[in-house]
Amino acid sequence: MDRIPILRMGAFLLVTIQVDLYDRLALSLEADLVDMVHKTGARGVLIDISSVSIVDSFMGRILGNIASMTRVLDAETVVVGMQPAVAITLIELGLSLKGVHTALNVERGMTLLNDKFGQDDELAGDDADDAE
Amino acid sequence: MLTTLSKDTMAIMREQDVVPLRNRVKEVAVKIGMGLVNQTKLITAASELVRNMLRYGNGGDVLIEVVSKGREVGVRLTFSDRGPGIPDINLAMQDGYSTGRSLGLGLPGTKRLMNEFSIQSTVGQGTVVSIVKWKNG
Repeated sequence: MDRIPILRMGAFLLVTIQVDLYDRLALSLEADLVDMVHKTGARGVLIDISSVSIVDSFMGRILGNIASMTRVLDAETVVVGMQPAVAITLIELGLSLKGVHTALNVERGMTLLNDKFGQDDELAGDDADDAE
Repeated sequence: MLTTLSKDTMAIMREQDVVPLRNRVKEVAVKIGMGLVNQTKLITAASELVRNMLRYGNGGDVLIEVVSKGREVGVRLTFSDRGPGIPDINLAMQDGYSTGRSLGLGLPGTKRLMNEFSIQSTVGQGTVVSIVKWKNG
């Protein structure tokens, strides 16, 4: 079965979606991410959707779910790189991704996560590294 | 008067049929020179409707047509299933209404994204949803 790779970078998890998502793939990403946050104690999750050409209501709901699920595990999710046409379509469809942090690109998304979690958390991330 | 310039049918039986359908719709939209925003709206709408068809109608057929009306050219998609049908279409067209566990945006959201939208449903026989997106609509 296809799987979307999740990369670990310090205290954060990084996901780049580069394929057309079908429902089951999106659901397994949700489960994998929540699992990874739990296992690694990650403080932030960055999801890059710059290669995603459509986000429909199901995919939007999954992004919202990921944000809420990681939040209760004490990690923040940032969705970055949304294409303008996707943004227009999402809002007209009626989805505003409330509760999901967004940033224009990966760089700004990383800045946002870094601002949220200062030095302490980077250390916490390092500790987690050592523990492995 | 709507004139059909070309048509093509795809059967949707499983979730794996969804991505090829999206791609086919995109090809047709690109071929008539539809802009990126309208393409995205059309493919998103198709994705919503095809999911409904799989979830509630056990799959069905999608008719993909290039249509013209006067000077306008566009893409018409018709989703037909032989599922249980929708007893109350007005209710199903309300934002936030869902018999599944979804957000209930599929039908009303799709209507907002399209230039034309029609739905016919007979309980026990199935549902037909037809949408049109004009190239410059």
